[in-house]
Amino acid sequence: MATLVSAEPQLSLMQRLKTPRALVILIVLMWVPLMAHVMFEDMLGAFKNPVLIPAIPATLLLYFLAVRSWHESWVAVLGASLVFFWLLMAVSAPFLPLIDPNKPIAPFTLPFTEKNDFFFWLGTDFKGRDLLSRAIWGCQRVIVWGVTATFVAYVVGTLFGLIAGYLSGWWDEVISFLGNVLLSFPVMVLFIVILNYLGPSGFNIVIAVTFASSPAIMRIVRGLTLDIKTRDYVFAAQTRGEHPLWIMLVELLPNARGPIIVDACLRLGYTTVAITTLTFLGLGLQPPDPDWGLMIKESAQTAMLFKFSYMLVVPALSVSSLILGFNLMADGLREMSLRD
Amino acid sequence: MNDQHPVLECNKLCISYFVRAGEIPAVVDFDLKVMPGEAVGIVGESGCGKSTVALAIMQYLGKNGRVVSGEIKFKGQDLTTMSEEALRQLRGSKIAMIYQEPMASLNPSMRIAKQLIEVPMTHENVSASEAYERSLDMLEQVRLPDPKRIMEAYPHQISGGQQQRVVIAMALLSNPSLLLLDEPTTALDVTVEAGIVDLVSELGERFGTSMIYISHNLGLILETCDRIAVMYSGEVVEEGTVEQVFDLMRHPYTRGLFNSIPLPSADKNARPLMPIPGQLPLPHERPDGCNFGPRCDFFKEGVCDRGFIEIEPIPGQPLHRSRCRRFKEIDWDAALEKAGTSDRTNIGEVVLEVDRLKKYYEIQDDSLGALFRGGKARTVKANERLDFDAYEAQTVALVGESGCGKSTFAKVMLGLETATEGKIMLDGKEISNLPVQKRSDSLVSHLQMVFQNPFDTLNPSHTVGGQISRVIRKFGVESDPAAVKNHVMELLDTVKLSRDFYYRKPRQLSGGQKQRAGIARAFAGNPRVVVADEPVSALDVSVQAAVTQLLMDIQRDHRTTLLFISHDLSLVRYLADRVIVMYLGTIAEQGTTDEVFAPPYHPYTEALLSAVPIADTSIEKKHIVLEGDIPSAVNPPPGCPFQTRCPRKIGAICETEAPPIREFGDGHQIACHIAPDELLRTEPVIKMGAPEAVPAE
Amino acid sequence: MARLMLRRLIQMLLIMAVASLILFVIFDTDSFKKKIAVAELGGFAVSALSEDSYQNWLAEKGLNEPFLERYVTWIGDVLSGDLGHSFEKNTEVGPLLADRLANTGILAFWVFALMIPISLTLGVLAGMREGSRQDRIISFISVFTTSIPEIATAIFLTIVLALGLQWLPAKSAMTQGFDPLQLVLPVLTLVLYDFGYVARMTRASMAEVMTSQYIRTAILKGLPYRRVILGHALRNALIAPFTIIILQLNWLLSGVVVVEVFFQYNGFGKLLLEAALFGDVYVVQACTLIAVVVAVSSQIISDIGYTFLNPRIRFS
Repeated sequence: MATLVSAEPQLSLMQRLKTPRALVILIVLMWVPLMAHVMFEDMLGAFKNPVLIPAIPATLLLYFLAVRSWHESWVAVLGASLVFFWLLMAVSAPFLPLIDPNKPIAPFTLPFTEKNDFFFWLGTDFKGRDLLSRAIWGCQRVIVWGVTATFVAYVVGTLFGLIAGYLSGWWDEVISFLGNVLLSFPVMVLFIVILNYLGPSGFNIVIAVTFASSPAIMRIVRGLTLDIKTRDYVFAAQTRGEHPLWIMLVELLPNARGPIIVDACLRLGYTTVAITTLTFLGLGLQPPDPDWGLMIKESAQTAMLFKFSYMLVVPALSVSSLILGFNLMADGLREMSLRD
Repeated sequence: MNDQHPVLECNKLCISYFVRAGEIPAVVDFDLKVMPGEAVGIVGESGCGKSTVALAIMQYLGKNGRVVSGEIKFKGQDLTTMSEEALRQLRGSKIAMIYQEPMASLNPSMRIAKQLIEVPMTHENVSASEAYERSLDMLEQVRLPDPKRIMEAYPHQISGGQQQRVVIAMALLSNPSLLLLDEPTTALDVTVEAGIVDLVSELGERFGTSMIYISHNLGLILETCDRIAVMYSGEVVEEGTVEQVFDLMRHPYTRGLFNSIPLPSADKNARPLMPIPGQLPLPHERPDGCNFGPRCDFFKEGVCDRGFIEIEPIPGQPLHRSRCRRFKEIDWDAALEKAGTSDRTNIGEVVLEVDRLKKYYEIQDDSLGALFRGGKARTVKANERLDFDAYEAQTVALVGESGCGKSTFAKVMLGLETATEGKIMLDGKEISNLPVQKRSDSLVSHLQMVFQNPFDTLNPSHTVGGQISRVIRKFGVESDPAAVKNHVMELLDTVKLSRDFYYRKPRQLSGGQKQRAGIARAFAGNPRVVVADEPVSALDVSVQAAVTQLLMDIQRDHRTTLLFISHDLSLVRYLADRVIVMYLGTIAEQGTTDEVFAPPYHPYTEALLSAVPIADTSIEKKHIVLEGDIPSAVNPPPGCPFQTRCPRKIGAICETEAPPIREFGDGHQIACHIAPDELLRTEPVIKMGAPEAVPAE
Repeated sequence: MARLMLRRLIQMLLIMAVASLILFVIFDTDSFKKKIAVAELGGFAVSALSEDSYQNWLAEKGLNEPFLERYVTWIGDVLSGDLGHSFEKNTEVGPLLADRLANTGILAFWVFALMIPISLTLGVLAGMREGSRQDRIISFISVFTTSIPEIATAIFLTIVLALGLQWLPAKSAMTQGFDPLQLVLPVLTLVLYDFGYVARMTRASMAEVMTSQYIRTAILKGLPYRRVILGHALRNALIAPFTIIILQLNWLLSGVVVVEVFFQYNGFGKLLLEAALFGDVYVVQACTLIAVVVAVSSQIISDIGYTFLNPRIRFS
């Protein structure tokens, strides 16, 4: 009998890379260095920049895989291209031949001009700092804090959504009610109150985003759970006497992942908007390090002449392209999931 | 027929869908002629193209469907070349359609009156008031009670059977020449279905409408149609009058189909069902030559596997045609090859005792809202009083229509709900108040379930092997990884699935394969009792037989007690040892299979037996059509639950007192007020006519 | 159905109660109270405030009383219109907030007046023929416009319409009295950002209705296409967008913050932000409370409307 046991199917290198385990490893390789680089730069000391080196090939490989598996939807590919462009900029910023983003050189230099032995592709701001360099460096903080905040909000929201949807009854009543209370605060008002209370910083943005986004995520996951839990395979697991936690995490969650991933892409966009806006309002990330919201804030008063409007256009275009990328990716993924 | 002109004529019709992968032919070389007043049935399994034909006649194939060649002539005009406006004037006035799901086919936010009066107002330019009168009249003709109330109702406020009657009224309002019925009763309960079928046949005759009746159910076609076309994989494989096709079939697929449905003459031990081997080919994987070739017993290399096979007339039988190259060579009268008979299983000790089980649900709108209102919760009386025993290796069938409480009973037994009153004993141990979380692993493993819907039964995110392994590990059958894997492989062998399926995800499996995997999972923990909830009703006819057979084989080998929940009386008669007929949470009748299917009957059993369509021309049935719909379990009628629809109601006592349980010996019990000798005098519902062409044992 | 409404109302009241409690708890913390004390006592900074004078101030203000008592007093004050005092603007919060809310109301009115017809029309046109060229174009435009955050839209519009073409004023401070021209840029910014979202929701709803079986029934009844769309599809397709549009009121209260700040329009959002940055605690508290009231009432309206539009719920 044993000889009849067929071997595990042989996979090509491409298929191997597409397995969930390989994808997780690649994402960790890309993400952990970037996160460490931005969040814990003080602890890293001299390793601050070298730590990013493994992230560069990982990012490129992930982009390649995304394009390969989404080739049916040009919308998704375009979205992924925009997102991965900025991801690549984020992980490789220290290694690019850029001018120091915080160094004042020549104030009010127009784009494509040379001044003080430097060539400024995108001009400089009112302090004379290179806009190209600031735009590229500026994506790091938005991406790292935006993704972290969304991720934390997702973990919290999904957990509560699963509990509310699967356990129902009083669990559902209490969780849904608390969610409704939080949802009755307009998002920006909630942000302002929380950040005003906790003080502006990256970690507090994570907390604020969690409070603002997880109720909506909870609702979505709850709805999905209510739908999936009527399926027979859940019933089968119940008749096996499986623990509710097992049912939630093993039987329900994997089958809700499609809509969750699509929504996560959209929400990454919202969070990026929120962080940029908060920084612009003076409640988010603090100077002097480059950041898109900060660039807008600093130029909003000085660049009110058509001639100098490039100072606003550069960060506005940057943030718009990243959000467009997230949204197009969500759109493409949704379109593809509906086709099958 | 007569020398009138045909109402509809399809000639060499080919229809394809165009998708990203390319052209997918849905219907190939389709011929059909419908004369005035004639009813033609199109029968086939899912994906054979029968619904595509209906939509093509309506010229409503969607964005990517197209008639590639051939013509569809309605009274001489070719529909495929007609302008959109000309088509619009035909639709709903000359050609009308009745759909599978009545609820979805009616606009949820529009009153029924408005949806009906549109038809004459659009097509005949009559005034709103005249249209209203005509609609009201039509609702009476389809025998809807209180038509005025229904006119003012929204679709969700009336029952499924009533909705379908509204759809039928809508279709008949402009007195069409041709009526298309696409599985009109599939979504309905059997007794409600019988009423609709009756109505359709009667109205067809009264209005002289030609009908095309599309169904997967051969019995229904026999009851409604004059002629029949059998489709397989996009082609008509055989056509002719109903008698020709049913009694003198000349295509191996038609014969396979008849052999795989349980007829009253079938017996699980003496003459088992003969499943058609293999499975339906996907549209883009159809073989060369005969599409049925790979599954056919008469397949001959070099003959059946090349070229396009034309449909040919059968000599001596006008109208009868077959798409088989070898139909002249095959000896159609030869005895069927027997699919290994087996001895009747010895039934063992009692395993399961159900004693006066009662399950009431409280339904609350919302607990928070109820808190404020202090409102009364409503009670659903899902199980009123269940009393029966089941023995080792026995198959007990629970039969009943929706709302009869069979699923609730399964939940209580499996520990997902607890009983309100009464007892369930498994091997002498009381389990009715033990939720599954508190049951020991061995107890849980002793009660397992096979589910109805193949698309739901397996978790789409995990591999088949992983899901079966989980059961083995969970119940501690094996623990060493290699042993677990080996055990799974053996189970896959048992359910006749290739060992490769271990690594596959459910979406790579066909419906029948998923059900097999589901059966393997249920038996992985060596259960004492398996509850099978309509395990084959969602499968295609030709696959049903194989899965049924498999389930019975495993049960026999494991000496498992099988509780088989079903609404299909033919199947139940075929496989069950004991039958329990349920209606609104109570047992109407129980006994051995032979006892239940022969007089004395409970009036409900009698009606149910009469309602089930049987695909056998030699059988005569008593004609009993129940009025109305099944009452809700929230508010069951007082007295006997069946009194509101009972054709043999004897008087006030039925409305006030619960019926006594009358014993007819050997555990045959009937809950009815009618006197026992009166019940004993009942004529049998099903009478066998001339014996079948199959020689008896 | 009346019972359903009542249930929703009670739920909303509960939400309001909990939300106000949360607000009160947050603003009852020492860090906020010290800010008020500094402002009232005329000190320089929180760090300069001595513990003694803080305690005295608390006693004087009655802030030492039990928590619940103070909460009830506060609710009473709020209900009678006393929202406290603004230190930054040295005026009562009530009239100040009413004035600013009126300004934001004007803004919101024009946003909705433009956004509803545009987004519904585009959504229905796109969803009517899913996958057609008109659908693809409309869908892409709506993704594109919603992807540009308000701050970027505001920048681009200002650069093109105000700085480049000089058709419109760049700022909307309205220092010389009300000027409709100054309203154009903020309204346009908000509409451009939001219409895409509503249009996409309408499209999805319409597309779903168009593939439903009852639309097939209507077409196969031989109804003219116009009647299928107007009589059968629209009614069902617009139920979902209706609720979404009402809920946009909640979103608008977020959106106005950045737009009002950027264009220096004296509305509710700008007031809230300035108060938050200045530490004008009573103003922040009042603004948040008002925002919650508006959001919760919009939810009630949306709920009632949904029930009313949907016969399946209305008659059950």
